[in-house]
Amino acid sequence: MRLVVPLQGVVQGRGGLILGSLIPCALYYFLQFYLKRRRSPPPPPPSSPRSPSTSSANLADLPRSSSRLSLSTRGSIGRVHVSARAGSIAKPNTSPYYIGLDRVRGDPYDPVQNPGGIIQLGLAENRLTLDLIEEWLSKHMNEAVLLGGVDGGLSISGIAPYQPSDGLMELKVVMAGFMTQVMGGTVSFNPSQLVLTCGATPAVEILSFCLADQGNAFLVPTPYYPGFDRDIKFRTGVELIPVHCRSSENFVPSIAALDQAFNQAKKRGQKVRGILITNPSNPVGNLLSREILYNLLDFARERNIHIISDEIYAGSVYGDEEFVSMAEILDSEDFDKDRVHIVYGVSKDLSLPGFRVGVIYSFNEYVLASSKKLARFSSISAPTQRILVSLLSDSGFVQEYLQTNKQRIRRLHDLFVLGLEQLGIESTKSSAGFYCWVNMSRLISPYNEKGELELWEKLLDIAKINVTPGSACHCIEPGWFRCCFTTLDDTDVGVVVDRIRNIVETCKSPA
Amino acid sequence: MAITIVTEITNLRRRIPPRGIEQMEQLLSKIATNEQHGENSSYFHGWKAYDNDPYHPNQNPNGVIQLGLAENQLSFDLVEEWITKHPSASICTSEGVQMFRDIAIFQDYHGLPQFRNAVARFMGKVRGGRVSFDPARIVLAGGATGASELITFCLADPGDAFLVPTPYYPAFDRDLKWRTGIQLIPVICESSNNFKITKEALEEAFENAQKSSIKVKGVIIANPSNPLGTTVERETQITLVNFINEKQIHLVCDEIYSATIFSRPNFISIAEIIEEVDCNRDLIHIIYSLSKDMGFPGFRVGIVYSYNDAVVNCGRKMSSFGLVSSQTQHFLASMLSDDEFVDDFLKTSSMRLAKRHQTFTSGLEEVGIKCLNSNAGLFCWMDLRPLLKEPTFEAEMVLWRLIIHKVKLNVSPGFSFHCVEPGWFRVCFANMDDETLEIALKRIRIFIQATDKKSDVPAKKSKQWQKNLRLSFSGGSRCEYEESLKSPSVMSPHSPMSPAQLVQTRT
Repeated sequence: MRLVVPLQGVVQGRGGLILGSLIPCALYYFLQFYLKRRRSPPPPPPSSPRSPSTSSANLADLPRSSSRLSLSTRGSIGRVHVSARAGSIAKPNTSPYYIGLDRVRGDPYDPVQNPGGIIQLGLAENRLTLDLIEEWLSKHMNEAVLLGGVDGGLSISGIAPYQPSDGLMELKVVMAGFMTQVMGGTVSFNPSQLVLTCGATPAVEILSFCLADQGNAFLVPTPYYPGFDRDIKFRTGVELIPVHCRSSENFVPSIAALDQAFNQAKKRGQKVRGILITNPSNPVGNLLSREILYNLLDFARERNIHIISDEIYAGSVYGDEEFVSMAEILDSEDFDKDRVHIVYGVSKDLSLPGFRVGVIYSFNEYVLASSKKLARFSSISAPTQRILVSLLSDSGFVQEYLQTNKQRIRRLHDLFVLGLEQLGIESTKSSAGFYCWVNMSRLISPYNEKGELELWEKLLDIAKINVTPGSACHCIEPGWFRCCFTTLDDTDVGVVVDRIRNIVETCKSPA
Repeated sequence: MAITIVTEITNLRRRIPPRGIEQMEQLLSKIATNEQHGENSSYFHGWKAYDNDPYHPNQNPNGVIQLGLAENQLSFDLVEEWITKHPSASICTSEGVQMFRDIAIFQDYHGLPQFRNAVARFMGKVRGGRVSFDPARIVLAGGATGASELITFCLADPGDAFLVPTPYYPAFDRDLKWRTGIQLIPVICESSNNFKITKEALEEAFENAQKSSIKVKGVIIANPSNPLGTTVERETQITLVNFINEKQIHLVCDEIYSATIFSRPNFISIAEIIEEVDCNRDLIHIIYSLSKDMGFPGFRVGIVYSYNDAVVNCGRKMSSFGLVSSQTQHFLASMLSDDEFVDDFLKTSSMRLAKRHQTFTSGLEEVGIKCLNSNAGLFCWMDLRPLLKEPTFEAEMVLWRLIIHKVKLNVSPGFSFHCVEPGWFRVCFANMDDETLEIALKRIRIFIQATDKKSDVPAKKSKQWQKNLRLSFSGGSRCEYEESLKSPSVMSPHSPMSPAQLVQTRT
């Protein structure tokens, strides 16, 4: 730092030595300050790849999000500047979750046309029970319903014009009824506490916008759905702080770990606004017990934060354990309801991800009011709403569908798990979802994320199966993989097991 | 006994008294608690009045007629006929159900290829085949609302600004600014030259931004314009392209009314201009939707068409937040690929709009009300300056309330469009049947004739609304206002006043 010595004032004796020095110095510093303000802030350090391979002490290493990202280096295409957001999003996605999905798209398995292609075990999609819905539609739907006509009268003026942005009231009513059915009838959902959105993806984003400011964070127990990293962080600027869960505890979150994460965040000046849980869990497939839910609620209340409970797999519970929704806990106890928000949708339980129907269910009238307004960016297409109103009104069919679906998922799950067991590969006991959480840690070398990714690549390139490695889900223990089985039929399962067997043999044989 | 006490204490711990609004605001985000959604603005006040007292020919013949909603309901019959003849277009009929499974699970954010192809063809047709569109540049979003927000997220960061010519669609304030955190800087247009966008106005707005250290990322225009109903001329578009090219900032063209042209001059799309004028195409983006041209706002089909690969790439990933239902995509892909239907629809829709426009404007002319000469859109830009007691926005507000509450018509006042001259009103004419339009004209006729008889505008009756008005102007060419509505008679369930009241009005 150079000191500017105001010689003139001193020499001429005007204003005295002190004033003669101070004023020009002050002016100089003001000039520096002004110039600094005009200059854009320095670019943030390049974001380190999220790596859970070492201990959870790495939480302190998480990059803090800056509120104004530099435009000068990031996001510029030639001389054209797009937003910093666009710049970071436009980069190719390095997560194995997305890479795997892309690879399958390029070379999809077909038993007849492409038997050497890649079998998709990386997408949690359920095709097992679509035939029932197809049958129902062909019997019950005609263009009159499609047009939204009542009493058989054709009228597109029913569905074409503007609709309430948060969904038709008729759909909210049947959706509340559907959710009640799905949760086993132990709790009833109130239609006026629903906001409908075009998918669970915008539902989660809208809640994030309502509950947290840019730079704030949510605590998320790991392993978690890789899509959250994009869905929540993309546009909201809200950070996700992983709270690691271990196999020794069946990957169930501990309050101690949440507490530690909360305190560490506080120390580095990051405000935690909520906890995001998925129950039934993705990718593990386990259910959170009543006790854990109570503890989470207590924790949230003590820290004055929210709970977002993503219950999108609630209707796909095939195990013997009982699923307990957050809504049920709040219903039965006089809990502080204002901080609990449930995300739901028809993408998993009804196998209709293409229809784009999601739900925000909240007990907080202010959150509901804001979500309603925000829903205008993500409203459900009206004709689709009409179809669902018809479908979900048939509660007899819905009951039959849910039961058959569970049976079919269970059957395939058991077949798949058995096949893996024959190879000496264990999975966690899972009760729900479309996947198994499989332990292949004995097959990886070295026992870390690098070893895990090498095995993942072997499975993808040699065995030609796409699974999701635990590191993509932020799992702290290497060697775990999520394998979705609901896009397979019995024959496919056999093919998958054979292909994995080849890799297992390779790993066993000396290098 | 001990167990009961412990349980009671535990339960007491969990019981929290109801929170006040302040505490709730601490629990919620800034976005959830600020007023950026704009629903307290007067643009929506008229809608609330309509919600409270909607016109119905039989059940409520004295209710408020909705002339504030830019919706195209004139050609539903054509669509209905097509649907009846093509049941296989829907996956939910026995004829179309074999496509059901593939469509039901399709959630790729690229969108159905056949849908993108059909939309690209349709956009080309609307422009008379003079330009063609690449389906690979089509990005889906949740309606034009979602599309406007998406492109803003892609192009600008919080604090950045877009220049927007006035008067402009009021919901831009919400759609472009609320979650993105950007600012909108008005480019002043005046009636003296029919609200044309001039280079001087653009430069002035740009310089004002620079003086305030605000980074301008682009210009957003609507062509055809809402609320003017005019297409933007070739020369103006060339001026715009040269302007943004020189400054290396983006140009976003909202062309959602492109197929609502009903008379000359023809519509010229920015896609055509860039074929003639040299410019950096990475700066050019189009917003489109089927809400206005086809009359399908309920379908939530929003499109961003960008010539910039990075924007397409990034925007596409954001499509997941507003993806169009695959069932709707499949259906529309079928409909929009039917060339015969599309040609017939565009022609017929245009004719019906022309006729409706003619009926309405001549009806207004009979009582001496002029509208800006327009050739597109679903509305007229009505000049009621002669009816103002004085050329102020206060007087405009008074007149507007009169029109809503006495004449029982919901029209949209110019100040909600950020018009700098008081006395202009947007009136929609395509969202009702002929009879309703006739009644609306009749009410206007009666009102004007009653006004002519008296020397004063009969606005003194509106004192009860006036006393609750607070209008503040923040000088210069930009006009801002705030109002606080306390009169219970204009509250509606949609009125986002205090949340407590919201709860009360909810059933």
